[in-house]
Amino acid sequence: MSDTNYLNVDYGIRSWLLTVDHKRIALLYLGSITVMFFLGGVFALMIRLELLTPAADVVQADTYNKLFTMHGIIMVFFFLIPSIPATLGNFLVPMMIGARDLAFPRLNLASWYIFLVGALFTLWAVFTGGVDTGWTFYTPYSTVGANTKVIPAAVGIFINGFSSILTGLNFIVTIHRMRAPGLTWFRLPLFIWATYATSVIFILGTPVIAITLALVGVERAFHIGIFDPAIGGDPILFQHLFWFYSHPAVYIMILPSMGVVSELITCFARKSPFGYSFIAISSLAIAFLGFLVWGHHMFVSGQSAYASLIFSFLSFAVAIPSAVKVFNWTATLYRGSIAFQAPMLYALGFIGLFTIGGLTGLFLASLGLDVHVHDTYFVVAHFHYIMVGGALMGYLGGIHFWWPKITGRMYPETLSKIAALVVFLGFNLTFFPQFILGYLGMPRRYHVYPDEFQVLNVMSTAGASVLGLGYLLPMGYLLWSLRYGARAPANPWQATGLEWQTPSPPPTENFVVTPIVTGPAYCYAGEEAEVV
Amino acid sequence: MLEKLGLFPAAASTHAGRVDALYLFLIGVSAFFAILIATLIVVFAFKYRRRSDDEQPKLIEGSLALELTWSIVPFGIAMLIFLWGAQLFVSLKTPPKNALDVFVVGRQWMWKVQHLEGRREIDELHVPVGRPVKLTLTSEDVIHSFFVPAFRIKQDAVPGRYTEEWFEATAVGSYHLFCSQYCGTEHSRMIGRVVVMEPADYQAWLSGDGRPAAGANAALATNAAAVSVATAGEGLFKDLGCATCHKSKPGALGPSLAGVFGSQVQLQSGASVAADESYLRESILNPDAKIVAGYQPVMPTFQGQVSEEDLLQLITYIKTLRSS
Repeated sequence: MSDTNYLNVDYGIRSWLLTVDHKRIALLYLGSITVMFFLGGVFALMIRLELLTPAADVVQADTYNKLFTMHGIIMVFFFLIPSIPATLGNFLVPMMIGARDLAFPRLNLASWYIFLVGALFTLWAVFTGGVDTGWTFYTPYSTVGANTKVIPAAVGIFINGFSSILTGLNFIVTIHRMRAPGLTWFRLPLFIWATYATSVIFILGTPVIAITLALVGVERAFHIGIFDPAIGGDPILFQHLFWFYSHPAVYIMILPSMGVVSELITCFARKSPFGYSFIAISSLAIAFLGFLVWGHHMFVSGQSAYASLIFSFLSFAVAIPSAVKVFNWTATLYRGSIAFQAPMLYALGFIGLFTIGGLTGLFLASLGLDVHVHDTYFVVAHFHYIMVGGALMGYLGGIHFWWPKITGRMYPETLSKIAALVVFLGFNLTFFPQFILGYLGMPRRYHVYPDEFQVLNVMSTAGASVLGLGYLLPMGYLLWSLRYGARAPANPWQATGLEWQTPSPPPTENFVVTPIVTGPAYCYAGEEAEVV
Repeated sequence: MLEKLGLFPAAASTHAGRVDALYLFLIGVSAFFAILIATLIVVFAFKYRRRSDDEQPKLIEGSLALELTWSIVPFGIAMLIFLWGAQLFVSLKTPPKNALDVFVVGRQWMWKVQHLEGRREIDELHVPVGRPVKLTLTSEDVIHSFFVPAFRIKQDAVPGRYTEEWFEATAVGSYHLFCSQYCGTEHSRMIGRVVVMEPADYQAWLSGDGRPAAGANAALATNAAAVSVATAGEGLFKDLGCATCHKSKPGALGPSLAGVFGSQVQLQSGASVAADESYLRESILNPDAKIVAGYQPVMPTFQGQVSEEDLLQLITYIKTLRSS
């Protein structure tokens, strides 16, 4: 075996900026979304700092409104949505299915550049005045009310959408056409199923948000009446269009994380997943049902009560495939051989936090109760449990799991376990009090609030500082490991999966010899695997 | 009682206790499942922790019976919650017939409240205890939301249309009123209070011999106290010249409005429409949208000439016109 791998095969900036290697493109994404994550995180910390006291002291109203808007836009569109698909997905999809690259390597590089252009547009909007519409861009405020950089921000998201669509397209074609010999659909790793389901949402959902934001721009720039009732538009139409994408977008964030968790649980319990096909199919069920529940964001908007009843019913239905996954992961642990390295801690943390996030979703799906907690901190807490407690925990778990494969280096074990624990505790301290705040009636997007809400806000801010530390730790030791970490073996966790059968870091062509698959995805129990 | 724990807001409407009951039930369900999952994870993690590095657990494929159980049982529970929540919602959507009508107009960044008898207030809503109150909401600019945590109710006020919410207050007192839909710079200062009064005090307050409305906009709030909304609407109806065409004589250019509210109106297109507040509003602002059968589209639009308050007054007046 030669020492050449995808990282040292070529040096110099050109070899990175013009690369068509999916693994290098994954790293380009990793770098860019990490910058976005810490930028969004700084905004979050400023929000929490302002909310430490009931009065306006750190920032004034307009600045506060821009902070939560930009926190939302950056975290949702430029971190969470690309997070796992564009980094781990890009790196792993070809490796897990035994392919040399994605189906369209140049398109893949183009996706990153499109992402970059979109991000630069949005950052331009952020740094030349900011946007204050909330990441939801509700009309008519965004079209006639706001006096901020709405159009540049919307253009940035519009452009970025093409990056999502092309990535989704690339994954779907790759998974259909480029699987190694013998790798049938029901032998695929669960991460591939989850990525496939996510790609379908990318392709079907993203055009709708792009068109919707384009319409916002058209109404804002040319006063063509689409959403503003003063010129003949309908403001509720915007909400229908916006949530038709933005609800499925939640599944874009959480499904890949579920895929990662399925890999982590099986590896660190050394068991094949309990109910493989149920976990696989539930990903597709979530992707499908996720398109039919958008109206649950609109129970108090004035939409027809009959529509609300149907959307409420469907929202309860979409909870079932998620519950099925949680039960299956838990059952996978039964009679396993469980080790507690950092990736597993994140995975177990994911199950706990996602369970709470999912269960509180039932509160919001329930019509009579949603009327009270809608647009309060209860909602803020709920979606952070899903997006941060769920999606981000899965992302961090995945980064820790595949880090040795990606970089060829190990990170300090004890420190990584401590960091996982700090993130878990900090997260709960930040967001659990917000459930109570919400039921007490504190509306979201308030920068001043009645005194009686202060104690819970102080707890939340304290938690946010712990959480911030929890995110800085991995940033530090992962960078440290690049230079000082021990060399990683090909398969440090004794995991199954084709990506572990090639050296760490892999050669540019991924596999020296194209692998041939003869068994199911997870044959941890050696003897039984022979039988199958 | 729950309020004393600091985990619940004041409960001051007939609806509040019912929402709290569903909330407590959901907390019970959530606690059960969260503890079940957490316990299983902790027990498994401890019991099946890796003891040696070459340990190989036995393969367990899965179990259809278990999969069905943990799909069907949660689905059943979910349906129970759905029906419970739906039942609360339906009651929120059906205000009692005898409800007191109050109009609320939101604008950046204040709530303007208009009582039928004529009294107006800003960022405050005075209501009697023990009587259903129906709010008709709209907005002059962007979307706002009228949220009273103590009543567990919330409804967006949407420009260009009417929405409704209702409550029956059960305890005298003063309660938070929040705008809960983000509406721009001073969103978090678009707050006020709902004052629940004994019926006698409310009557006194309505007729204006109570204390003047508090707050910076007190003068604005009380200056039109004397004239009822319908009377003001009648004045507007004359001033705008509506009666020139809308009269019950043969050959009139417009249909008579006597008894129109609540009736089915036959349209030129062959369809018919229920004449509610939204229909009347649309016919004033966009008269060509629905032409009444037998009439020509000759009415000019009043868009831009009438404010949201004017519209409410006109509609209230039209509602008083009974067919002779």
